[in-house]
Amino acid sequence: MTTMEEQIRSFIKSNLVVFAGDAVFTDDDNIFELGYVNSLFAMQMLSYIENEFALTVDNDDLVISNFATVTNIATLIRKIQGSQSA
Amino acid sequence: MSKEIKCVVWDLDNTVWDGVLLESADVTLKPGIAEIVRELDNRGIVQSIASKNNRTDALAKLQEFGLADYFLYPEIHWNAKSTSVENIRKNLNLGIDTFLFIDDQPFELEEVQSVHEQVLCFDAAEYEGLLELPRLNPKLITDDSRRRRLMYLEDMQRNADEESYEGPKEEFLATLDMKFVISEAQEVDLQRAEELTLRTNQLNSTGITYDYDELDALRTDENHQLLVCELTDKYGSYGKIGLALVEIKPDAHHLKLLLMSCRVLSRSVGSVFLTYLMQSAKEAGKKFRADFRQTERNRMMFVTYRFAGFREVSNEAGMTLLEHDLAVISPYPGYIDLHVPATSHN
Repeated sequence: MTTMEEQIRSFIKSNLVVFAGDAVFTDDDNIFELGYVNSLFAMQMLSYIENEFALTVDNDDLVISNFATVTNIATLIRKIQGSQSA
Repeated sequence: MSKEIKCVVWDLDNTVWDGVLLESADVTLKPGIAEIVRELDNRGIVQSIASKNNRTDALAKLQEFGLADYFLYPEIHWNAKSTSVENIRKNLNLGIDTFLFIDDQPFELEEVQSVHEQVLCFDAAEYEGLLELPRLNPKLITDDSRRRRLMYLEDMQRNADEESYEGPKEEFLATLDMKFVISEAQEVDLQRAEELTLRTNQLNSTGITYDYDELDALRTDENHQLLVCELTDKYGSYGKIGLALVEIKPDAHHLKLLLMSCRVLSRSVGSVFLTYLMQSAKEAGKKFRADFRQTERNRMMFVTYRFAGFREVSNEAGMTLLEHDLAVISPYPGYIDLHVPATSHN
């Protein structure tokens, strides 16, 4: 079974702006600061998670830092899933 | 109010031509069809095809009639036409409520209508009245609208090259020789500026539209700055694709309206435009604020502002006021050659 982190990681890998071999990052590395994705990526990630996990990200959560690391993205998804199913 | 039609999707057999191509290669164009196709093109309305036919034969026939180049992303196969319309919409990145579908068969018209409630489904028997439809008569026809099909064709070439490019995306963008020119709107730009406010839905910060006279007044007002931007690359020009209206206040630059054509979304030039506006405010020692009013379709614009680092200051009667602290402004990407106005307001 694929974990949410693996799924996010693979989406990031399919949208890199650098050669895949050059992009080595942990779940806590900031992929924007590393220059692995461009500013457009946050937008792509947003529509990906909204479609993939059938949720809507609140205006308050539309902050670039929520999309900057694998861990942050997963945390955001779990938080929304928790609140929208409650 | 119904929107202006931006795309007409044609059936072929007994719509564009008399006869059924599969039964006989000897079909003839309906009288006046070529003129209608050319006139729609001239009005800046793009066209495509949803036809159940053999693709190769149908395209060859259109070529023979000298019409093949007028149709973008033709869908010629045996699948449902509602799917064809959806595919065309995705490729052109236009709103479904700006589509007209024309076919001679009630079944096809109903099938498309049942899936796409907002598509204007038009009976081919009435084709001679097509050009008179108010929704097919755009209020404005500018140089950009006349070049629209050409711009889409350039886009198709870009996309094909981008897909076949082996290296990373950033490297591909660097091969495009992109030039982004921001300038103060001149009188000649006003029609296009008006057209942009009318046409742009998804990336319009307030949904407010301005007409020629209003824009002209704002352009010459010393407390306002009206900027347009144009993007070109090695394939050609995307045309004037963005507009910003800034009110120069004593303490702040206030972005009243920002709009960008969806066609340039993948080039990140929206954030380049924003970076320029923020830099200007910062250099003038002012704060930077922006209005946002949510419409049914402009969430992308809100997301753009938020991801650029704006925070919400207030929200009254649906109008959100955003502010950027200008502490950190994202730099311009290295692959874009940027030209900005020589003088700026303070």
